[in-house]
Amino acid sequence: MRAPLSWLREFVDLPDDVGVVRDALDDLGLVVEGLDHVGEGLDHVVVVEVREIHPIEGADKIRRVLVDAGGDEPVEVVCGAWNFEVGDRVPLARVGAVLPGGFEIARRSMRGVTSNGMLCSSSELGLSGDHRGLMVLDPERATTPGEELRDALGLAPDTVFDLSVGANRPDAWSIRGVARDLAIRFERPLRDVTRRTPSAGEPTSVLAAAVIEAPELCGRLTVSVLRGVRVGPSPAWIARRLELAGMRPISNVVDASNMVMLELGQPTHPYDLDRVAGATLRVRRARPGETLETLDGVVRTLAQPGRGLGDTGEDVVIADGEDRVIGLAGIMGGADTEINDATTTVLLEAAHFDPMTIARSVKRHGLRSEASTRFERGVDPERALEAVGRFVALLAESCPDLEWAAAPLDVRGEVTPPSRVVLRPGEVTRQLGTEIDDDVARRLLEGLGFATETVEDGIAVTAPASRPDVRTGAAGRADVVEEVARLYGYRRLARRTPSWPTPGGMTERQVLRRRVRDALVGRGVLEAWTATLVSESHVRRTHPDARLIRVTNPLAEDEAVLRTSLIPGLLDAWARNVARGTGDVRLAELGVVFTHPDDAPGRTTRGGEGGLATLALPRETEHLTVVLGQRGDDARTAVALWRVLADRLRLEDVVVRAAVPPVGWHPTRSADLVDRASGALVGRVGEADPDVVTPLLGPAPASRVGLLEIDVDVLSDPVRTRRRPDGVVVPSRFPSASIDLAFVTPDGVPAADVAHALRGASDVVERVELFDVYRGVGIASGERSLAYGVRLSAPDRTLSEGDVTRAREALIAAGERLGARLR
Amino acid sequence: MTGPLENLDAVVEELLDQLAAFTSVEELDAHEPVLAGRRSPLAALQKSLGGLDPEARRDAGARLQAARTRVEAAVEGHRRRLAAAERERRLEADRLDLGDVVAGAVPDTLRAGHPGLVARTQAELEDVFVAMGFRVAEGPEVESDWYNFEALNIPPAHPARGMWDTFYVDLGEPETVVLRTHTSPTQVHLMEAAVRDGSLPIHSVMPGRCYRRDTPDARHLAAFHQVEGLVVDRGITFADLAGVIETFTRAYFGTDVDTRLRPSYFPFTEPSAEFEITCQICRGAGCRTCSHTGWIELGGCGMLDPAVLEAVGIDPDEWSGFAFGFGIDRCAQMRHEIADMRALTENDARFLEQFS
Repeated sequence: MRAPLSWLREFVDLPDDVGVVRDALDDLGLVVEGLDHVGEGLDHVVVVEVREIHPIEGADKIRRVLVDAGGDEPVEVVCGAWNFEVGDRVPLARVGAVLPGGFEIARRSMRGVTSNGMLCSSSELGLSGDHRGLMVLDPERATTPGEELRDALGLAPDTVFDLSVGANRPDAWSIRGVARDLAIRFERPLRDVTRRTPSAGEPTSVLAAAVIEAPELCGRLTVSVLRGVRVGPSPAWIARRLELAGMRPISNVVDASNMVMLELGQPTHPYDLDRVAGATLRVRRARPGETLETLDGVVRTLAQPGRGLGDTGEDVVIADGEDRVIGLAGIMGGADTEINDATTTVLLEAAHFDPMTIARSVKRHGLRSEASTRFERGVDPERALEAVGRFVALLAESCPDLEWAAAPLDVRGEVTPPSRVVLRPGEVTRQLGTEIDDDVARRLLEGLGFATETVEDGIAVTAPASRPDVRTGAAGRADVVEEVARLYGYRRLARRTPSWPTPGGMTERQVLRRRVRDALVGRGVLEAWTATLVSESHVRRTHPDARLIRVTNPLAEDEAVLRTSLIPGLLDAWARNVARGTGDVRLAELGVVFTHPDDAPGRTTRGGEGGLATLALPRETEHLTVVLGQRGDDARTAVALWRVLADRLRLEDVVVRAAVPPVGWHPTRSADLVDRASGALVGRVGEADPDVVTPLLGPAPASRVGLLEIDVDVLSDPVRTRRRPDGVVVPSRFPSASIDLAFVTPDGVPAADVAHALRGASDVVERVELFDVYRGVGIASGERSLAYGVRLSAPDRTLSEGDVTRAREALIAAGERLGARLR
Repeated sequence: MTGPLENLDAVVEELLDQLAAFTSVEELDAHEPVLAGRRSPLAALQKSLGGLDPEARRDAGARLQAARTRVEAAVEGHRRRLAAAERERRLEADRLDLGDVVAGAVPDTLRAGHPGLVARTQAELEDVFVAMGFRVAEGPEVESDWYNFEALNIPPAHPARGMWDTFYVDLGEPETVVLRTHTSPTQVHLMEAAVRDGSLPIHSVMPGRCYRRDTPDARHLAAFHQVEGLVVDRGITFADLAGVIETFTRAYFGTDVDTRLRPSYFPFTEPSAEFEITCQICRGAGCRTCSHTGWIELGGCGMLDPAVLEAVGIDPDEWSGFAFGFGIDRCAQMRHEIADMRALTENDARFLEQFS
């Protein structure tokens, strides 16, 4: 909301220092998001009259213009605007002028023509956003060539605050509302504005009618008849105010309506009385199939249920005496009853509508207006006629014969009564942790229009009608305490660092994640972050048949589906690096992948309006995926990396098991990672399918890419992925013996199984490690030789020759039980 | 039957026999013009149709086309079979029993890796909070509208729902499943669990990824990371909130950093505040980054709204608490002066290598 300082000052005396006002606004929660200084930078800007316009040879964008600047000789300038004619009066920034924004005007020469200054647009002068051409002054305005523009327009320098007002401050969506907060902060009185009262004579009920058919949607409907209207331009000061506040002046009637809305927060709607059948305004629900052409020229179909949650399609409309819809209540009027140049009698509606209903209609019709913005937050139902009085006073400035018919119509519907809460003694202090005297709190609240009274169990506080956001019960007490804190000043509130007896800490999974990261980083891996929202084809690279989880409203079609794997994103990131010449890298990501609830049971949770429905949500699985794209990396590197990781995580025994891998993996160079004890699939290791990698690389040479994919959910579950026990073994101080054993082993027997068997063969086996695999001469096809280094030791003695021999025999026997023969 | 197509079936059979003899895709590609292309006997037959009368020509043309389609399909089918077989052979030749990998024999170069900037920043923040006595909790990225909005006191059509540009997911009724727009739903899960287990009080922080439908630019990404903090305990006041904010900002940004709270509005806290810290660029002197105020906004916070407590079955007369939230990426951006946040998801090695 734009709040000009001069307008705020109509209501309250404010310090001269704009910085002080700005800080106060910020501290009151009326956050200053921007600050415009207008009317500055107008030194040496004068009114001139255009005398001659000439083309410049060789230039088709600029022209030579001679202007009368009040001196004896015309002034020559070059101008690129085309929206003016000889005889127009326009602003000239003379040489030496410094325009708002710091642009300094100098004498320049263009195509042999000297430009002695610059003819300006309204936006170049910081007067409005209009930059479509020169600012051509209203011919009806008395100006003299050479006169300072500031004097000619009566422009005083001003400051406009761009304020962000929270949804819990319906009362601050107006100049008066903002001024009231400042009045409390600076402890100064709040002034009222000039208002008219209805005239005596024929009552309005003779001239018009007002009916509320939907009292639960319309809290109040007032209808006034204004006679003696002459539609024309607004007085300059009104037009100026509207422009400063960011609205375009249209006509005196529309401008008065907008002024009142900006100033007091009450939207009003003027109708041409002669065009409203029966001079009747009737508030009711729209019926299915009814249509309305709104002021913006769009024909809207009403009462159509929308796709928004809980949206039944309810629209509140204004209908006329023939029950024809003439306005979308609180949002926008209809084209048929619009004020026009011939309007002489205005039917003015000032009403209160149910905020929720307005909000839903706004969303459904995609139609937001200044009025709806206020209604959906909640306007003060008690101030409707006050706003009309202000409207009449403003319009009377340009319509001397204006008359407000006696006894305006005033029909009441249902409005939630203002909340009343009781603050127990010391409650403010108890919530804020700062000692604030009850009397101080009461004074602050009363400044905002809250009523307070001492009751038996504390202070009863009743919210004003302008504060429908204040609730009842505990929530209402918090609302009231917030107002006290805000007006008292957050900066003055105490600070205290609390402590509690329970220690902080991370979960095992969080600790594990950090270890994983450390281990990977220690092995030259870069951690990447790839997109969660991807394209369908992206998903299909690893999951050809998965049900897609689509986003309803994606930003782009290739960001419309939730990922099912980290592999495609990481491969793409790696390929991009290859293309940039930085592809000699390993990339890893820890992130969530998603499975459609119809493909695998996910989470069920409550949802829908009131949380009454049960929803099936996608299964979220955390993956650790590593793409090994460093020169020389392949499936072996991935296996070695996994072993490092497993060791670092103290995993008991996760084995590499041959398996046919899923799509995207190299079918003959990939394997499962399985926890031996639980049988759980911890992840997968191998290489990316060359037919997936090659197309990504484009002209770059083909390359193997190692892959490691771990299901962190399984990895972090100590039941499914066994850890080595916490107890550590103190190594024997007696010498150990090492023996090497090579076994001819059928291809179907995994090397890890043999190692496992050897480890359990005898209690003097300390360590078993595969150190060589041999195929070829001397070994039959379908078999290979696995060579293990075995270290033997005993905690209490040096092993005897007999111990070693017995152990060796046991080891051989263990191998044989698996079909592995000593070579 | 007589005429130019007299031997058509025989010609086709002959072509199919030839086709079957090719044993590689390369060979097949080389001979395709002879089988189904310009140099095929079928193309020659096409030319011979010129002398027929129109009706006969139409019939003959159709037969010829059918024959051509048959041959082309056979070529395609054979090519697919050959390609699959070739792939099979290639893969078989490539076969590697990963169970037999001898770890010590895998060569590796010594090189430093680098953690992600977001992960590292998150870890630093977690450490700060853990030292202050907070536990670290987590929650899912896909949420129901109930947890993301309504349990946080934001009913449907509440104007505040517009504060979040929400991505909706095509599951359930429209607009019931969302990508969480903030980490705050995790608060609700934590409170529900604590009520269920009777394990109040709660002192937790909840880092996580969130999503907003906001076109990415130098300052925002549609996916981003937040840390949420939640304390529910007896006798907690606004002073405790302000103190926690002050302690953690000093611990993370440095002891010369000041904090300031400013009234704000969030539906799930009351009173609510935005918290700002001394501008990291100008150290409070005023610069363009901070709009010459000397302060930079970091996040939002407030006392838990009693309605939020009541909705999960916590008695607001017995328990009170506060919540706060702020951007992890934003902290990182401030500390490392990252000109364009989009670099975070581009994963260029030259960017990633700068963090440790």
